[in-house]
Amino acid sequence: MDISEIQTIEHDVLVIGAGGAGIRAAIECARQGLNTGIISKSLLGKAHTVMAEGGVAAALGNVDKRDNWKVHFRDTMRGGKFLNQWRMAELHARQAPDRVRELEEWGAVFDRTKDGLISQRNFGGHRYPRLAHVGDRTGLEMIRTLQDFCVHQGIATHMECTALDLLLDGAPPLARLAEGGRVAGLVAYWRETGRFVIFKAKAVIFATGGGGKAWRITSNSWEYTGDGLGMAYRSGAELIDLEFTQFHPTGMVWPPSVRGTLVTEGVRGDGGVLLNNRKERFMFKYIPKKFAAETADTEEEANLWLEGKEGARRPPDLLTRDEVARAIKKEVEEGRGSPHGGVFLDIASKRSPEFIKKKLPSMYHQFKELAELDITKEPMEVGPTMHYFMGGIRVNSDTQETSVPGLFACGECAGGMHGANRLGGNSLSDLLVFGRLSGEGAGKYIKKLQGTPKLDAGQVNAIIRRATDILNRESGTNPFLVQEDLQDVMQKYVGIIRTADELKKGLEELKRLYQDAGKVKAHASPQYNPGWNAAIDLPNLLTTAEAVTRAALTREESRGGHTRGDFYFESEEWLQHNVVIRKGKDGNMEVAKVKRDAPPEELRKIAYASLEELEGVKVG
Amino acid sequence: MAERHFKIWRGDKKGGGFVDYKVESEPGMVVLDAVHRVQARQSTDLAVRWNCKAGKCGSCSVEINGKPRLSCMTRLNQFPEGQTITVQPLKTFPVIKDLVTDVSWNYAQNKKIAPFKPGKKGTDGNYRMQQRDIDRVQEFRKCIECYLCQDVCHVLRDQGKKDKFVGPRFMIRLASLEMHPLDTEDRVPKIKEEYGSGLCNITKCCTDVCPEHIHITDNGIIPLKERVVDRYYDPILWLVRKLFRKSNIEDGKNRRGGR
Ligand SMILES: Cc1cc2nc3c(=O)[nH]c(=O)nc-3n(C[C@H](O)[C@H](O)[C@H](O)COP(=O)(O)OP(=O)(O)OC[C@H]3O[C@@H](n4cnc5c(N)ncnc54)[C@H](O)[C@@H]3O)c2cc1C
Ligand code: SF4
Ligand code: SF4
Ligand code: FES
Repeated sequence: MDISEIQTIEHDVLVIGAGGAGIRAAIECARQGLNTGIISKSLLGKAHTVMAEGGVAAALGNVDKRDNWKVHFRDTMRGGKFLNQWRMAELHARQAPDRVRELEEWGAVFDRTKDGLISQRNFGGHRYPRLAHVGDRTGLEMIRTLQDFCVHQGIATHMECTALDLLLDGAPPLARLAEGGRVAGLVAYWRETGRFVIFKAKAVIFATGGGGKAWRITSNSWEYTGDGLGMAYRSGAELIDLEFTQFHPTGMVWPPSVRGTLVTEGVRGDGGVLLNNRKERFMFKYIPKKFAAETADTEEEANLWLEGKEGARRPPDLLTRDEVARAIKKEVEEGRGSPHGGVFLDIASKRSPEFIKKKLPSMYHQFKELAELDITKEPMEVGPTMHYFMGGIRVNSDTQETSVPGLFACGECAGGMHGANRLGGNSLSDLLVFGRLSGEGAGKYIKKLQGTPKLDAGQVNAIIRRATDILNRESGTNPFLVQEDLQDVMQKYVGIIRTADELKKGLEELKRLYQDAGKVKAHASPQYNPGWNAAIDLPNLLTTAEAVTRAALTREESRGGHTRGDFYFESEEWLQHNVVIRKGKDGNMEVAKVKRDAPPEELRKIAYASLEELEGVKVG
Repeated sequence: MAERHFKIWRGDKKGGGFVDYKVESEPGMVVLDAVHRVQARQSTDLAVRWNCKAGKCGSCSVEINGKPRLSCMTRLNQFPEGQTITVQPLKTFPVIKDLVTDVSWNYAQNKKIAPFKPGKKGTDGNYRMQQRDIDRVQEFRKCIECYLCQDVCHVLRDQGKKDKFVGPRFMIRLASLEMHPLDTEDRVPKIKEEYGSGLCNITKCCTDVCPEHIHITDNGIIPLKERVVDRYYDPILWLVRKLFRKSNIEDGKNRRGGR
């Protein structure tokens, strides 16, 4: 095909993804005077960010004056089991307050304290009430604010436009891409028409989110097929920490059609408690040693905390997500679960109906309309659901640049910030902080760039052929069935607790699925064709699934969102290492155990400091 | 479980019609689940938009048995067993394919609206607002942009006046800006001239379909209409109010939203 016949759009920077991270990145690019474009699979304002409920974490200190960036940093490192990139966690904790205030300047209307400041709520793993929020629709507030601001910044928004693969200048054609080169652009297609489009760009920022759609029970939507991870991997970038997958402890379990849909942690933050079928608050049995000093060990104390009593420690229901998810799994396995295979989450007996409806309106409606259950009167049934990727594309902590020159990544698709486990609320703040930094990083890169990166027609053709083959095949399997098959495999073999045997079986199954994915067929025309779209996403989903499985097999210990049934302990050795994945020269996936840099002494001190040492400190 | 019958509109710009489908139903199933089941098992090219499947993103709007609704929040058991359920695209917007319509007109309206313009921060670097002053604005900001109200509004749907009226969604977007305690922009002249507040004749159909239960007409459009009338007939009252409001912003006791 002669590529001059394909629609071509030129930008300095192209941002892939219009969630919080992507829009914030685009705003930063536009601020630097760059010609900026942004593309997304869905319509503007519909990305995952819109679904976030609980809040955005930032040490504003509005509700508890003792809070400051150092305590936030310490909480984040402890929550991440000290495997976070230290510099990222530092930047995040330091900059989050300004990013949240900036949203207010752009029109966001957060819930208020009595003094008229931005109110903050409690969340798992955060020492103080720290999550700025709007009831339980914080993500909506955030994305709408960014969206409404963004459309006046001269940014070109291309909606329902899906990226297929990067174009590199100075690299051999697609099959052997992992051999270097710098970003020259990207090929995408319009959902509406199925037509292809070439974007010429000096820099590309990935903000494509995670890959939770590889599991059957998930809070994630059809968009989360790990596209950014797949595209980055194919162009030679590295992936990091992929073994750390967050299963959110509270997804809906009944009825079947909503299995996996999220129940915000805000329910517990605002007083909800977890119960087994004997009405026991079982979480008291699962307090790990390292959190014992800061966790209430009696119901009385937990109740005092709820009343806001100074000195009372937080209830174990608010331990980090990995702890709570494992505890629920155990209760269910030992026969103390709820009728539909979860446990109970009760706020009705703790808070008044008015309070619940005011603070958790969408949870109230969600259960009322989807489960015919009134959460102000009855307990909910909840169980773990695949929710979030801690790992992702490996980036430089300050600039967000990947190992491919000109390719940047931010938001959920980037790895490192959250270590082994993410605290609730730390994602929305991550999007803002690193969205902005990636925009800055791309700006600096372009300033220094010499010459204009050249497009390679061979690459363009190879990318397009891969997509059109799916339509042109005489016959083949149904892409949706292959996707479901994959989801069952991951659900079965790469769950909350993994063992080497299961993971190896998983890899075998994936091998078979790669074959199946190569034979899928989409019917009818490419015009708004979900079957074709799903088939195109399959390779990304598979790469993501394989990377998670291989990383999980490599890390022989249990830490945060990665629990090995056959290595049920934290190891000192593994605390010093990250698992890094890249595409090898032979086309196979390479897994490396990479030694971590020693942390800067100042940060190490803060992370391991006692709370008393940090509470009085001025924010520095 | 019982088998349910569906008529789903299939087609594109050039035309189309209803196609019959049968789907095995399961407890708790919603219309979107049924559409997905058809898509996965019978017609992989059946086009439908969705994201959250929990009433939070406003992607999955269609007309079910003739009524504009979110397909992810409409349970099959709302319809008597044996009744055929019809699913078709929003009528007010041009069809792209099957259940997917071209809603880009809405994005264009949003862009026409002058953005938020905040006043000065307090001396401590913070903005202050009281919760009671923002309750109303927060009600409007619950909007998930499903455009069901736009679909049902007869000014857009039947009279086709898309060039004269921005529709209920953007009237409440305007209301959320106009009632924002920190905002200093004046949009009233345009609300009258350009955005077409006068065309709404308060039938409240928009309020009836809003999945977020926003009181679009009573709390949003009517107050905006009042502001237009105030300005039009009584510029002095307007000036006095404006000054009064300004001085109130500074000490954080503004009550503009708290009608
Ligand atoms: C139900 C739910 C509740 C949550 N609650 C909270 C919370 O309370 N607090 C918190 O901090 N976090 C929360 N999270 C996590 C948080 O919402 C997400 O991690 C975050 O929104 C991810 O933002 P993002 O900008 O990285 O990606 P997203 O918002 O998911 O955006 C990804 C974008 O990339 C686009 N994209 C993907 N692939 C392609 C492609 N190939 N071509 C073009 N575009 C592409 C998509 O269309 C989309 O626009 C929640 C998540 C869920 C699912
Ligand atoms: S009340 Fe006004 S905006 Fe709402 S549907 Fe009727 S005419 Fe349209
Ligand atoms: S106002 Fe209500 S009906 Fe209209 S777009 Fe917003 S949420 Fe939908
Ligand atoms: S899919 Fe999000 S509102 Fe229906």
